[in-house]
Amino acid sequence: MSSSTPLSLRPNLDWLLRAASLGCALTAAVVLLLILLFLTQASWPLLQQPASLLGTTWQPSTGQFGLQAMLGSSLLSSLLALLLAVPAGLLVSIWLIFYAPRAVARVYGGMLGLMASIPSVVYGLWGLVVLVPLLGAWMPPGASLLAAGIVLALMILPLLMVQADVALRESARRHLPAALCLGVSSWSAIRRVLLPAAWPRLWPAILLQLGRALGETMAVLMVAGNVVQWPGSPFAPVRTLTANIALEMSYATGPHLQALYLSGWLLLVLALLLMALARIYGSRT
Amino acid sequence: MNRREAWRARALGLLALALMLAPLSLLWTVFGDGIGVLDWQFLLAEPEQAGRSGGIGPIIVSTALVLLICMSLAVPLGLGTALFLVEQVRPEGRLNLTLQWALDGLGAVPSVVFGLFGYRLFVVELGWGYSLLAGGCTLACMVLPLFIRGCEQALRDCPQSYRQAAAGLAISRVGYLRRILLPFAAPGIAAALVLSAGRALAETAVLLFTAGYVMRWPESLFDSGRTLAVHIYDLAMNVSGGSPASAATALVLLGFALVIQLLAWQIGKRPLSFAR
Repeated sequence: MSSSTPLSLRPNLDWLLRAASLGCALTAAVVLLLILLFLTQASWPLLQQPASLLGTTWQPSTGQFGLQAMLGSSLLSSLLALLLAVPAGLLVSIWLIFYAPRAVARVYGGMLGLMASIPSVVYGLWGLVVLVPLLGAWMPPGASLLAAGIVLALMILPLLMVQADVALRESARRHLPAALCLGVSSWSAIRRVLLPAAWPRLWPAILLQLGRALGETMAVLMVAGNVVQWPGSPFAPVRTLTANIALEMSYATGPHLQALYLSGWLLLVLALLLMALARIYGSRT
Repeated sequence: MNRREAWRARALGLLALALMLAPLSLLWTVFGDGIGVLDWQFLLAEPEQAGRSGGIGPIIVSTALVLLICMSLAVPLGLGTALFLVEQVRPEGRLNLTLQWALDGLGAVPSVVFGLFGYRLFVVELGWGYSLLAGGCTLACMVLPLFIRGCEQALRDCPQSYRQAAAGLAISRVGYLRRILLPFAAPGIAAALVLSAGRALAETAVLLFTAGYVMRWPESLFDSGRTLAVHIYDLAMNVSGGSPASAATALVLLGFALVIQLLAWQIGKRPLSFAR
């Protein structure tokens, strides 16, 4: 073990380790900078004339690059997913912690883990083969904003529930004994004490999942119908920004390509803003 | 528990059950549609008629190559970064805070944006064209934050007293790292590696723009090649009559994903065997 004694004649490798690991860390940071730089540069010509991007008409062949309808569809489908996933996820998390038999809760947790590991394209395939025909039989055409919302909700549910579980357990540990000593029923203790106490940790989790839903591409592309329009109802087909990039990237050139890069830039900025909000909100508590 | 509480528990239990209907239906569909097509021939043969018949042999090879490139880049970079964050910076220092922000930012970037970035940098600027190499490099950027976070956690789990003992014995930093820290954190690092590989395996959008669609046997890393996820998408959306083969491919991908998940649990659970 001569390498560990101070009298060793072998060169001291500590500085080399420091330099190498610093290099790795800087590389990781530089990747983010490069992404920002490349996307801004590629969409720069269009970024300088923001007025032309606010229109609703997306017609690359005539040079009309209105992103409004697709941005709206992206936001609507993600919000719909949150609307479906957050209440259900919270209620089931509460059930798992306070009501379910322990063995059932463990099996359920395992199922959630498996759900999280299903690739998004497989969710999309399921949506295409099962969900869309099901919705179509009820309210044609089936491929719709609602289908996108449901598939997104399923995809964000597992991680949302993991984080809700952590937050609720923490607030139960702190506050449940005191609440029960005051003689409230366990349901009102959950509703009036535990949930309000857990909100500060739930908000960042919800924001992060919103970011994930906004950035999801394949599953949405496969079930949303891909018509560029403001949806008149939840059953209308829509095209999100991400789906548009995936659909048109293979043949876009010139200003069309710049417009796609600009959509990516918008998504990037939105995702970074949501992340920053979540971090600031999370660090305040 | 009074009667009202019991009803509440039952209603919530029903909701929990209803939520599981969707994933169960998913497994049922993929299994039911795919199992009829799946056999050894399917796993080994070349696709024919745009994938409607034949197999997925070249696609499995392309997927493996892309994963290999991705992980062989992400592992050294990620491990180095995690070591730097845990060992070399002051927790309250400005450098650490900046790096933490950058990592969280990188983790929040949507996958389709990584695709645009990879297309621009690797496919166009570096001139690699649609290739396995470009796809693997872009994926490496994507899984980097996930892998770093996993490694960081594993390294931070090493008790402070070990470091103090090592310092007391005048062991160099490198010696401490090699003989104590890394062996201790190995199971956690392995779990992070497996999870990151799973994330890379599931990715589609990134590879559409960087690795391309070609389904021939790949001959070099500069060849274009489609991965399993891309094949599923293409068969389901662009090839009429492709859905049985698509479901069978999805079954294969799902099988890999489940194995990876179980592996990660198993490794993560493993009792820490210290410094073999």
